[in-house]
Amino acid sequence: MSDMSYLSHADLGGQHNADRVLPEAEGDLFHADWEPRALAVTLAMGATGSWNIDTSRAARETLRDYARLGYYQIWIEALERLLIERGLASADELTAGRSLRPGPQVTRVLRADDVAAVLARGSPTERPAGTPARFKPGDQVRTRSLRVAHHTRLPGYAHGKQGVVESVHGVHVFADAHAQGLGEQPQWLYRVAFSGPALWGDETAPGLSVSLDAWDSYLEPAA
Amino acid sequence: MNHQHHDHEHSELGEMELRVRALETVLAQKGYIDPAALDVLIDTYQTKIGPRNGARVVARAWADPAYRDWLLRDATAAIASLGYSGRQGEHMVVLENTPQRHHMVVCTLCSCYPWPVLGLPPTWYKSAPYRSRAVKDPRGVLADFGVDLPESTEIRVADSTAEVRYLVLPMRPTGTEGFSEAQLAELVTRDAMIGTGLPRGRAA
Repeated sequence: MSDMSYLSHADLGGQHNADRVLPEAEGDLFHADWEPRALAVTLAMGATGSWNIDTSRAARETLRDYARLGYYQIWIEALERLLIERGLASADELTAGRSLRPGPQVTRVLRADDVAAVLARGSPTERPAGTPARFKPGDQVRTRSLRVAHHTRLPGYAHGKQGVVESVHGVHVFADAHAQGLGEQPQWLYRVAFSGPALWGDETAPGLSVSLDAWDSYLEPAA
Repeated sequence: MNHQHHDHEHSELGEMELRVRALETVLAQKGYIDPAALDVLIDTYQTKIGPRNGARVVARAWADPAYRDWLLRDATAAIASLGYSGRQGEHMVVLENTPQRHHMVVCTLCSCYPWPVLGLPPTWYKSAPYRSRAVKDPRGVLADFGVDLPESTEIRVADSTAEVRYLVLPMRPTGTEGFSEAQLAELVTRDAMIGTGLPRGRAA
């Protein structure tokens, strides 16, 4: 649907790409001095609770220059965008490289002494189940085929495809709603497996299957 | 996306250096970040949280059948028992390779990766070629890593589309009977735990 305004540039699965994957040594974490700072400043701002991880993903995947940018560049660009959108910093301050006016308070500030505990705790997304799961392992399901005009975690290559429920992950925060600031709206989450032919037809590689994690509302029962 | 290559233009690097420094200064002056916390975060992912954690999990599973069973049944708890938990590994699932079945993990939509056991994702994991090709041409991707599996091996790719994180349990190499867990862990590469590589040593 071409009239939809939300456009993710990050949905890459199955797209034609002739470039080789370039293996890297295990210790090769960063490729410029600014990259570890970019990582840390992004994590530290995430820890303030000013937005959630799904909001961050939405900010990143909708960057117009997504395909042109390296990954930590994407993080920085999206972080600046979120800061400006939330009124936490303004473009002139980022250009000047100093604070020009006081900003609103944030809920939490990550202190050096708390880093280990905050990382160890993480942000679990599983929530208590209010209803029984609609599907069980072995059930045939079909994914929704329509595109949606907001952040979603159903990749394009798996739209309108039939697969089988492999396992049930429990009830989890629903990324689509969470990214839009609509609360957690937890749903049952399933691991769904698709055969190569179901996804790629005649183009499939032999012996291939792909699984992904799908929330309940991505799925319908299939015969 | 050619930026998986490391030959960014120097001017661009300089620009990013200044930009990140500016950002850090503004946020510190506003009281949103503690610069000392940034240093701790960086040190943590450079020296404490990385693929050696995952290697210890795999080695334990190879050495202890009861631990392996627990790991396959409740990976989050079994991994936490070795001290690895939290951010980007809150909900873990372990996928066991067998002679019939090889698992490979990807995040086609962004860069989801099991941080507590593998640390930060390598550049290629976040790159367009890997994210595009893994779900359609995994054998082509494996060839880029110099891995060639028997034609009869089924390849199962796990796309990390929610907050569940996947770790591959590779097959234990033959000829390692009597190895200590520490010796076994040395055979376990990061790529073997993503499914783009195999452990060091002779294949089973």
